[in-house]
Amino acid sequence: MASPAIRARDLAKWFGEGDARTMAVKSVSFDASFGEMLYIVGPSGSGKTTLLSMISGILKPNSGSVLVEERDIWKMGSDELADFRLNKIGFVFQDYHLFPKLTTLENVAIPLILKKRDWSESMKVAREYLDIVGLAQRAELPPVKLSGGEQQRVAIARAIASRPDILILDEPTASLDGDTGRKILEFVRDHILNDTRCIIIVTHDSRIFEYAHRIINMEDGRIVGEEHEK
Amino acid sequence: MGGILKIAFKLLVNDRGKFTALLVGITFAVFLMVMMTSMFAGILTRSSSTVINIGAKMWVLDPAVNNVSSSIPMPDYVQDVVRSIDGVKYAVPLYSGGAQIKLKNGVYQAVTVIGLDDASLFGRPELIKGKIEDIYAENGFIVVQDAEIKKLGNPEIGSDFEINDHKGLVVGIARANISGLFGIPTLYTTFSRAISYLPSTRFTASYILVEPKSAKDIPHIKQEVGKLGYQALTDDEFIQKISDFYKFQTGLGINVMLMTAISFIVGLSISGQTFYTFILENLEKFGALKAIGAKGHELVSMILFQAGFTAFLGYGLGVGLASLIIMSAKLRMPDYAAQITNWNLGVAFVMVLIIASISSYIGIRRVIRIEPFDIFRG
Repeated sequence: MASPAIRARDLAKWFGEGDARTMAVKSVSFDASFGEMLYIVGPSGSGKTTLLSMISGILKPNSGSVLVEERDIWKMGSDELADFRLNKIGFVFQDYHLFPKLTTLENVAIPLILKKRDWSESMKVAREYLDIVGLAQRAELPPVKLSGGEQQRVAIARAIASRPDILILDEPTASLDGDTGRKILEFVRDHILNDTRCIIIVTHDSRIFEYAHRIINMEDGRIVGEEHEK
Repeated sequence: MGGILKIAFKLLVNDRGKFTALLVGITFAVFLMVMMTSMFAGILTRSSSTVINIGAKMWVLDPAVNNVSSSIPMPDYVQDVVRSIDGVKYAVPLYSGGAQIKLKNGVYQAVTVIGLDDASLFGRPELIKGKIEDIYAENGFIVVQDAEIKKLGNPEIGSDFEINDHKGLVVGIARANISGLFGIPTLYTTFSRAISYLPSTRFTASYILVEPKSAKDIPHIKQEVGKLGYQALTDDEFIQKISDFYKFQTGLGINVMLMTAISFIVGLSISGQTFYTFILENLEKFGALKAIGAKGHELVSMILFQAGFTAFLGYGLGVGLASLIIMSAKLRMPDYAAQITNWNLGVAFVMVLIIASISSYIGIRRVIRIEPFDIFRG
């Protein structure tokens, strides 16, 4: 494996105070490397989404650090953190969160527009990424006209359009049937993953475990096991 | 337009239902606000029509006078004293009063009679037909051609009528710069004929019109007239006094202000509620944008742009609609007293800005508070 893309150290997160305090993540440490497809799996309430949020610069941990390129992202200011997410992280949300009032092409172009790229250039680049996910012909349609699998691919195209080092997929198969889910994961592994990118997937769908290089098992906010690709 | 604003624009206008509701709300509010304030402005302007049409720079009047039609006659010595004040170029009397005239068909019609100074005819109207010197002819009257002239049977030069057992003869037709407020035709004649034909009090001069030698003489003239127990006002001050009377002593101003406030509240309610719903429905998307890397100020600029764009478009449509209605109404009803002024456009603009600010403030509060983590949690 190549160098680590993310180094999470002693991450802990709790919600509420006093008697109402709930520990979501308890002192979790792990690395994720470039060229690696890492799964974080576990039952509902095990803390995997909280962990994902902390390593992607969305939810501040109560303790611990997240090192990317040797910098603790949680020591960044809010604007710098936003820039970090924009430039280093690509998100594929569980519900996709595509804008129904924009075209598919415009949805994919959003990270580029946020990076202050010219509108027409953003559209041109977005079209290339739509082509990568095989949806160039659907560019002018609104996302609601696409199937679930196609919307998932649009979300992936949007996530990779800004060429992030780290791609984060939250329950990518939750809304898809088994076949479509497997196709999406095959596509991600074969076309999106490369030596300069790390992919972290949160899922509890065991049907797609076969595509992982490594699987981190979580329970009650702790890492309880780790499996490597056979 | 920046890319992020273009996205905001597309999110707004592509949501046609909400966008239409927002536009209708703001357009309707602006329309009502402009209509109400325009009618008020029109009424106020017409209430000062005599002051504007006569065109004197200064008016001397009894301090108790609060509108042109309720003049309190002044004794002759006032005019003599005013003429002797330093800085007065000239001063002439003006008669302004009401009368009933009997038309050829036997119908009585109320009229306003303006009696102009015999020597100077100061304040004479611009004639469309006839010659001004004919006003000195026996029984000579000049009729103002405004929306009310038809109440006199559309008289021509040579038409006659009866006024207080005297014959009146139309010797000229004049243009009206501004029509009066009360829908009464206006007749001009000489001061001496006015006071001899119409029942008069002991004092006869309704007003004394003053031409100061220069603007810097005005304060001195005011001071000296004040010593007589009378009031000297510039034309603008007299117009303001009349406006204040209608605004604050007749209930008209309060009613119009209430209607304007109600229009504002209706507009604010429709627009604020719709915009808030629009933000709520897009809240997750704004959260997703935040997660992707949009900064807080970028999201704020999106919301401000959306609220501002809708407000300005609604403002334009509302003003356009009000203008169209007023123009159409004036074509069919020449008496229709509505006037769009910079003032009422400004009032509507400020109120639209407030509607946009409050609507966007509510939206911004929600968007700023949304945590991207909530997007992950679903």
